[in-house]
Amino acid sequence: MNRLRALLAWIVRGRTAVIGLPYLWLLAFFLLPFLIVLKISVSEVDGVVFKEVLSFKDGVLALSVKLSNYVFITEDDLYFKTYLSSIKYAAVTTVLCLAIGYPFAYFMARAKASLQPALLMLVMLPFWTSFLLRVYAWKGLLTEHGWVSDLLIALRVDHLLLAAGVIPALGKFMNSPFSLVLGMVYTYLPFMILPLYGNLAKMDLRLLEAASDLGATPWVAFWKVTVPLSKAGIIAGSMLVFIPCIGEFVIPELLGGPQTLMIGRVLWDEFFSNNDWPMASTVAVVMVLLILVPLAIFNRYQAQAQEQRK
Amino acid sequence: MSGRTFFGAGFARGFSKAWLAAGYVFLYLPIVALVIFSFNDSPIPNVWSGFTLKWYAALPGDREMIGGLWLSLQIAFFTACGSVVLGTLAAFALVKYRRFTGRTLFSGMVSAPLVMPEVIIGLSLLLMLVSVQRVLGFPERGMLTIWMGHLLLGMAYATVVVQARLQDLNPQLEEAAMDLGARPWQVFTLVTLPMIAQALMSAWLLTFTLSLDDVVLSAFLSGPGATTMPLVIFSRARLGLNPSVNAVAALIVLAVSVGVVLASLAIARAERKRAQDMAAAARGG
Repeated sequence: MNRLRALLAWIVRGRTAVIGLPYLWLLAFFLLPFLIVLKISVSEVDGVVFKEVLSFKDGVLALSVKLSNYVFITEDDLYFKTYLSSIKYAAVTTVLCLAIGYPFAYFMARAKASLQPALLMLVMLPFWTSFLLRVYAWKGLLTEHGWVSDLLIALRVDHLLLAAGVIPALGKFMNSPFSLVLGMVYTYLPFMILPLYGNLAKMDLRLLEAASDLGATPWVAFWKVTVPLSKAGIIAGSMLVFIPCIGEFVIPELLGGPQTLMIGRVLWDEFFSNNDWPMASTVAVVMVLLILVPLAIFNRYQAQAQEQRK
Repeated sequence: MSGRTFFGAGFARGFSKAWLAAGYVFLYLPIVALVIFSFNDSPIPNVWSGFTLKWYAALPGDREMIGGLWLSLQIAFFTACGSVVLGTLAAFALVKYRRFTGRTLFSGMVSAPLVMPEVIIGLSLLLMLVSVQRVLGFPERGMLTIWMGHLLLGMAYATVVVQARLQDLNPQLEEAAMDLGARPWQVFTLVTLPMIAQALMSAWLLTFTLSLDDVVLSAFLSGPGATTMPLVIFSRARLGLNPSVNAVAALIVLAVSVGVVLASLAIARAERKRAQDMAAAARGG
């Protein structure tokens, strides 16, 4: 009885509950589900039942790991191409977000101090409006004789886009690599701007004065002082854009076309259309591995940056 | 800006203004277009064929949409409440307790849902729920399972928001309260809670909108008869342009604008009051 009371007291003690409750929740709803996906991707299917990967029968501990799904992924051209094209679209989106977002964040950070909260608020406001609806809106804007498509044609940009191979025909912007990347840049641009702004706004402007005193032109000072100092922001923003883009499903579904292969869509089809759970699981596991690489590099970089600050 | 720019400071200022303006046009163009087209008489947004309210008039009779909205609102409410509770606990664990067993795993798991593609979270949660259901006979796929998925994602966002606020707090205030004999629970409710109230409010609103907007997790975790509003909108949008979607969009934009304005007014008032209290306290001391 005393022991039970002690146990209860231990659980009720603030620290245990504060750490334990969210911890258990995450173990049950994040780690365990993922282990199940891993298991299903390597287990033998018997009708509708997934055989146990690890079994103990008659004193024999048997481990049966079926790797045929993974072999299939490497052999089937479609999966390989899809992974590659997902990486390509995510990379293009990241570069464009950086090219548009870096100057944007820079000018925001150097704007009048009294204006900055309003400028920041205006970047965050679209977050509160439905993401799904904002992506859907591009469908209307890019459709034939829609606002944007008319503007692009008037500017004679459609010839360029056709030559670059990002639209299928003159005047046809929807369901092309162009509309897909546009949608992704649009959606993820704030994720690039916000960390960059946070970084650039904190910068010590006296460093630029020092550079200028030492004879650097503003352009040289920008490349040699500002850009290196904002490296952490650039990396954080790029990760926040690149990683979710790889697995994006909604944007390719609404704005992409037959040529724009994306892995998130393949996983969805594998699960909902083909009902192939082991294959969907395998696609998911490989996608996680793909994401872990940039994430690991990012974490290592952050750890290093923290070390340096100490 | 020092005077020695290549084109001159005036050009640089003009350029920066133009870049910012273009960026904001890009961010707001689709939202403005949605609202305008919701009043378009023609069902296709190519041509403006006159002002109408017929798409709005049709909404109350759209049972699929209304049902979806009601379900979404309920799930969003419970997601926001659950996320704030779990997120606050997680943020406390990360900020207040520097060392505990498995801290690295914990902090990794807290932030992982932020970057993990939703298709993976949805798939893994569904496969787990199916396994659990085979053994225990529940839970059926529906409102409860959608809530579980949203809670996982919402908790991650709430943790980030609350954690940022907790890190900025002056721990001396809590220590002072303890020195004056307050019990831990009293310290929390009387000192810490009022100081992080604003962060809790933002986290609640953020996770509420997040849940209200989610398509992918909901699609994996919903069952027959549990179709949230984004699922209705998504299935219609997939088929092509749809005027009912424009009308819903415009109403959401209206609701969000009113909500954000009210929230920022409330936050500004709370800030002012806090500043006054601080000033009063400083004078008193």
